[in-house]
Amino acid sequence: MLQIEKVREGDVLILQLIGEVDASNSVLLDQSIQESLQPEITVVVIDGQELKYISSAGLGVFMSYVDDFFERGIHFSIFGLTQQVGEVFKILGLDRVIAIVPDKSTAIALRK
Amino acid sequence: MSPKLILSCSTSALAELRSFIQLNLEVFGFSELDKHQITLAVEEVVANLIIHSHACNPNEIIHLEIKDLGKKVAVEITDKGEGFNLLEYEVPELRQVIEEKRKGGLGILLVKKIMDEIQFESKNGENICRLIKKFPPNFK
Repeated sequence: MLQIEKVREGDVLILQLIGEVDASNSVLLDQSIQESLQPEITVVVIDGQELKYISSAGLGVFMSYVDDFFERGIHFSIFGLTQQVGEVFKILGLDRVIAIVPDKSTAIALRK
Repeated sequence: MSPKLILSCSTSALAELRSFIQLNLEVFGFSELDKHQITLAVEEVVANLIIHSHACNPNEIIHLEIKDLGKKVAVEITDKGEGFNLLEYEVPELRQVIEEKRKGGLGILLVKKIMDEIQFESKNGENICRLIKKFPPNFK
């Protein structure tokens, strides 16, 4: 089960992921990001505090946006990952490509 | 008796797979982190089979069995049809995944990094993939 809550704070888009992302629902994550990318957005933040599990299907969605975000000058980061989920990013070295930060304020401060 | 599961080839069955693996790894003394990672590795292989070898046909099935090998555990994944030997699969570079906007390719890399040993055999139209992990050092 995956629930995605979107919050817009000015030019900041926060997507809170609640539950588990796997091959059955990663398309929802992709759609959510796609739909929310208004031109005025400069910061995209994933709130991972309630993310219990993510498989490569979900990680692949993030990776597919890395270049897009860079080209559009969008600061992308993820915060609040549990140790177990955070470790999955580290195993693949994704923490070297995506900013994994401790909290929301650090994530938003990245644009400064 | 080794725990067994018969799974329908639908991605909606993946949650059931996770519960089965988590529950049955309990007896081997793995940490929560290890259990999470082994579950992920098994799911990556099974999701791959469901999507690529069985085209998400819910009428087709995959068998799973968790075997105690003494000092290690093997999760045996058996299916029929076109075999996918992940030992022969060339894992993409991270940069390649980003540039080609591939949404796949990371799964097999995870499996190879998490498991201690991977075995694959294919005979008489049946494919068996064994994902093997050593017990934690302080167990048994």
